[in-house]
Amino acid sequence: MTNQKHQFDASPVLVEDMAPVLRLSLRVKPAHRASLGQALGLDLPTRVGARVAAGGTEALCLGPDEWLITAPEGTDLTTPARAVYADAPHSLVDISDREVTLRLSGPSVLDLLAACCPRDVAAIPVGSAARTVFDSATVVLWRDGPTDFRMDIWRSFAPHVRALLAQVQEEFVAGL
Amino acid sequence: MLLIHCPYCEDTLPELEFTYAGEAHIARPADPSAFSDEEWRDFLFIRTNARGPHYERWRHIGCGRFFNALRDTVSDRFLMTYKAGEARPTLTQEAAE
Repeated sequence: MTNQKHQFDASPVLVEDMAPVLRLSLRVKPAHRASLGQALGLDLPTRVGARVAAGGTEALCLGPDEWLITAPEGTDLTTPARAVYADAPHSLVDISDREVTLRLSGPSVLDLLAACCPRDVAAIPVGSAARTVFDSATVVLWRDGPTDFRMDIWRSFAPHVRALLAQVQEEFVAGL
Repeated sequence: MLLIHCPYCEDTLPELEFTYAGEAHIARPADPSAFSDEEWRDFLFIRTNARGPHYERWRHIGCGRFFNALRDTVSDRFLMTYKAGEARPTLTQEAAE
């Protein structure tokens, strides 16, 4: 995949493709959360939307028994997880290629997201994340700064989301 | 926009993040092979079709969880939501008003 930067002239929001990362979907019962987190070197958060990072690895709590783990490509997390499988049964699935990630940054990024997300994006705390919908496409929004977001989009929905982002940006430029 | 409280996220979020999933508290048959055709018909198709407070299932896209809600089918007001697996709460007078 190419990492092409889209610099729209006079655009208030910068939309960038991010480099591929390792993405893992982890499902484990709450009773085994702590021991599995220990094996992965992460204290898996329990509050939905909370994130924790250690080294280059980051875990996001998506649901009561569901976590999304990202790490640099080539990181081996399956071997330590497999070692504790007998004591902490779980499902750890590589979903790296299921999604593409866009970085959205700029002063008007909240307006851009508000155009297509029904959720109050401004209320997402900095340093947390949320799985939500972007014009009916399920996306994961990571808020890294007040006006700095990452958005994981399912690959097949990406053209639709990109087209909408471009359209809303055009409206911003036109002053609508 | 209609706002729904998710008992797992403990947050009140817009309706577009949720999906309706039918009536709640319909127990699967313990011994399906012993079911007669009439019992199967009732289990599969016969519903309360309530006018007023209705116990129903919803799914939240954010946390991927099914939960139960008590919604008034006349006013579309959500009287309460509670986690799946919890006992059916009784409708109190305050909630109904």
